[in-house]
Amino acid sequence: MYDNPDGVMIGLEVHVQLNKLKTKVFCGCVTDYHNDPPNSHVCPVCLGLPGSMPVINKKAVEAAIKIGLALNCKVEEHTQFYRKNYYYPDLPKGFQITQYDFPISSGGYVMIEGEDGELRVGITRAHMEEDPGRLVHEGTIDKSKYTLIDYNRSGMALIEIVSDPDMRSPKEARRYLDKLRNIVGYLDVFDGNLEGAMRVDANISIMGGQRAEIKNISSFKGAERALLFEIVRQKNVLRRGGVVVQETRHFDEAREITLSMRTKEEAHDYRYFPEPDLVPLKISGWAPAIKETLPELPDARRMRFVEQYGIKDDHAKALTSELKLAIFYEDVAKKADPKTAAVWVCDVLKGELNYRDLTVEAFKKEHMLSVLELLAGRKITEDGAVDIIRTLLDKGGSPEEIIKEKGLVIVAGDIVETAALEAIVENPQAAADYQAGKVKALNSLVGVVMKKTKGGADARKVREVLIAILSDGFYPPIEREKIEKTIIKIGDVMVEVSKPIANLLKKMGYV
Amino acid sequence: MITRKDLTHIGWLSRLELSEKDIEKYTPKLNSVLDYFTELDDVDTEGVPPTYHVLPLSNVFREDEVSAQGGSLTQEEALSNAPKTQDGFFKAPRMM
Amino acid sequence: MWASINELKEKIHAGSSEEVVAEYLERIGRSKLNAFISTSGESAISRAKEIDANDIEGPLAGIPVAIKDNISTRCIQTTCASNILKGYVPPYDAHVIERLKKAGAVIIGKTNMDEFAMGTSTETSFYGATKNPWDMERVPGGSSGGSAAAVAGGEAPIALGSDTGGSVRCPASFCGVVGLKPTYGVISRYGLIAYANSLEQIGPFATSVRDVTTLFDVVAGYDPRDSTSVDKEVNYSSSLENNVKGLRIGVPEEYFGEGTDEKVEKAVRDSINTLEELGAKTTTVKMPHTKYALAAYYIIAMSEASSNLARFDGMRYGLRTEDSDWHTTFSQVRASGFGDEVKRRILLGTYALSAGYHDKYYLKALKVRTLIKQDFERAFKDVDVLITPTMPYPAFKLGEKIDDPISLYLADVDTVPINLAGVPSISVPCGFSGGLPIGLQIIGKHFDEATILRAAYTFEENTDFHTKRPEGM
Repeated sequence: MYDNPDGVMIGLEVHVQLNKLKTKVFCGCVTDYHNDPPNSHVCPVCLGLPGSMPVINKKAVEAAIKIGLALNCKVEEHTQFYRKNYYYPDLPKGFQITQYDFPISSGGYVMIEGEDGELRVGITRAHMEEDPGRLVHEGTIDKSKYTLIDYNRSGMALIEIVSDPDMRSPKEARRYLDKLRNIVGYLDVFDGNLEGAMRVDANISIMGGQRAEIKNISSFKGAERALLFEIVRQKNVLRRGGVVVQETRHFDEAREITLSMRTKEEAHDYRYFPEPDLVPLKISGWAPAIKETLPELPDARRMRFVEQYGIKDDHAKALTSELKLAIFYEDVAKKADPKTAAVWVCDVLKGELNYRDLTVEAFKKEHMLSVLELLAGRKITEDGAVDIIRTLLDKGGSPEEIIKEKGLVIVAGDIVETAALEAIVENPQAAADYQAGKVKALNSLVGVVMKKTKGGADARKVREVLIAILSDGFYPPIEREKIEKTIIKIGDVMVEVSKPIANLLKKMGYV
Repeated sequence: MITRKDLTHIGWLSRLELSEKDIEKYTPKLNSVLDYFTELDDVDTEGVPPTYHVLPLSNVFREDEVSAQGGSLTQEEALSNAPKTQDGFFKAPRMM
Repeated sequence: MWASINELKEKIHAGSSEEVVAEYLERIGRSKLNAFISTSGESAISRAKEIDANDIEGPLAGIPVAIKDNISTRCIQTTCASNILKGYVPPYDAHVIERLKKAGAVIIGKTNMDEFAMGTSTETSFYGATKNPWDMERVPGGSSGGSAAAVAGGEAPIALGSDTGGSVRCPASFCGVVGLKPTYGVISRYGLIAYANSLEQIGPFATSVRDVTTLFDVVAGYDPRDSTSVDKEVNYSSSLENNVKGLRIGVPEEYFGEGTDEKVEKAVRDSINTLEELGAKTTTVKMPHTKYALAAYYIIAMSEASSNLARFDGMRYGLRTEDSDWHTTFSQVRASGFGDEVKRRILLGTYALSAGYHDKYYLKALKVRTLIKQDFERAFKDVDVLITPTMPYPAFKLGEKIDDPISLYLADVDTVPINLAGVPSISVPCGFSGGLPIGLQIIGKHFDEATILRAAYTFEENTDFHTKRPEGM
């Protein structure tokens, strides 16, 4: 049991920007503004010009329902938009159109890996709202002499996902965020790679104090840092006999601290009331049809991968962390050994992609299949395979071309293996010494093999092959436990090898 | 009854700077109106639903299509009424 | 100098739109009414020339029209009669303006009004009060006082106003012209600078029911940019028939209560008799919640207004004062930009929505609104139209009520229930009291503009009140 000594309670408000829609939530302005000059994608509606009126984007509502369903929420019978009245320079109307009573969906949950096993994080609600504009400060918010405003972002559709205060550590918060990105990423409603696609406000309290709301968190790492800072800050306040007041704090990413946003007597009173320019929605009837279109979600897919392909849960988890990766793996696994495929997609390819900041779209399935096939046919070494994958990512081409170019096939498994067997047969004493525990005896065998392959083989690989033959009796080291061993006599020396090796040696005329 | 303190708070919520003189001037007038509003206390509204919209409309949408003419403004048009701008941005006062 | 649309069409046909427009602009130029905040002289003339040169067709081809200054007009300053919007030039046209332009109308100017349409007298304008053409010492009514005075004073043949709680009908009544508030949703509000969204509609003014209907036909119709716009295209002009035989008129006694001027009551009852003589049948109906309408109306309107007017902060358009921190700057911009009545309504609306008072004021008012709406639904089971005075008294003196908000609010007693219920209503001239016009209010069912227009038209065809003009114009 995790006993949560400080009584930490964390609830998160995550804003998901529906940036895959063509247009904003209440107007026909395009959502593709990220590389354009400020205030170049605005209209009377998202600029809040007097007299303009909002009209709801139907696709945004469908996306909201999708997200609600994926988070196990109930889609409400009657839903409505409200005005949240407050002043901020990024808010062009002096209110934000959002939801209050009657959100589009509520009462869901997400399962995450908690401090002590699985943790169910409740989803209070997932509701629709409009994004405010973007503020640019000269330097930091507290020192800047003026504020610049760009309303290109104003009116982008947002889904605000409000969690229950179920998380007990910054680590759990981080895992919740990863999980949320994972799930929402499956729904084809947002591109998580775009700036501002997912933004987090965190509510955090510790035992004996009130909660602080932290705003301006721009990354998941930032969320973890901000929460760590807040716990320390709040503990210090209490330790000094102070009072942790309810307030909004601003996260300064560069300094990794939170700053109080309180100026004057900032008492919030949002004076919510239904947006008179938008009529109610009665769309719960859409839910069943939308549910049909939902893809198999990460948790379900992960369980199925373990069951169907017999792969490790860790692999299944990593492979389902992104829909495209999961689809990639599954396509490969259908045509190759699923377990080997899992190892290579998950442990090798994913790492190489991450290192290069690429997504799985940068690698062709056919190439993965060729690499796996070459490996299975022992045409290339594992090092060769890694080399091919790296080269494909860096320079392109095809596995065959790369093999030819780099001469990778010459040190294919068979050749190393034959050379290793020859080395053992020619130096039975060294083999017997190694098996008797003289580890250094292996070095001379490696030297022989290297000589035989004219330095073309990878020394590490040679050691691996020799160890495999001498310890387990076969290479590649598969199904070791099933292999019967036998003792053969090479010259005057007794060496223990597997039956297949013994047969091989007989065939080669050594025994 | 609206007190001077209430009025200061409402002035803050409304972002209307009120001088002492304004508060002096507004308090009795606002109270006379609020007093008039108490007339509604006489109406029995038990079980009566509120009317937010006078017509029974629901599910009014637009398709996710970029609006043609009459939609987006150019940056120049967007900024044309702004009292202060800089580099294509609206220029607002400092935050703190 | 007062001409109907048809007369102007003949004049344009014989001469040109340019001459007609120039004549109106000239009259506005030497007027003492202060009916206009801005005139669009040059662009109006060039538009008229364009129409003349290209023989542009349309139901209002070449006809001058005046627009209340809370309706957005591309390239023409739109101020809402407020200091905070001084110099604001919308980069877009309201839906009604697009429709007018398509119909060939020539916008000659933007008319004066109560600041942000908050008033009953057009005295709260930052640009000075408008005067009543019938008596320069009296108010024209409000808030669309400029539009009504312009039409009554012969400075525009037709005009648009907006009606949140009577702001078309009240000045129509005070100025002796015809004004219509359509059913909520019939005319798109896109581009109308909101005072209280759930209550208001744009409405036409003219000197006759026929011209009001022609203008109404042009501006009414579905607009996908207004989610509350209703998809019904009707030709209202074809419903104008001199016939009220069998029309069932309901007379709600609650509208003839205390505070109603005797002469007003007599004029209205005489008018009902006139219609009876023409074949209509009259019954008395009960609308028991009428007395609560005023309080409910003001709470709802002020609440919505407090939010609608939050956008005026001097960042994107409008007045800007000296910068300090943004809280202070916003507060100072708004303090200098808004007039007293607007501030009062923002403060009261903020209060009515604020924590602890929301249920007592805002929610309560919306429940009362339901009861008032039900009063109408019940009444309309038995009658086709309701007839009442538009205003309880004729135009009052400038300055008479401006310092007493309550007495000013009370003037709206007969018009606000109509907005709460969202039904259509028209005001037509029906008599005089001490030389000042009296308005007759004919109220219809949702979307039944055809019936009230027919009743109003029949009344007009059989009386001559609407032909009377103020002297000295």
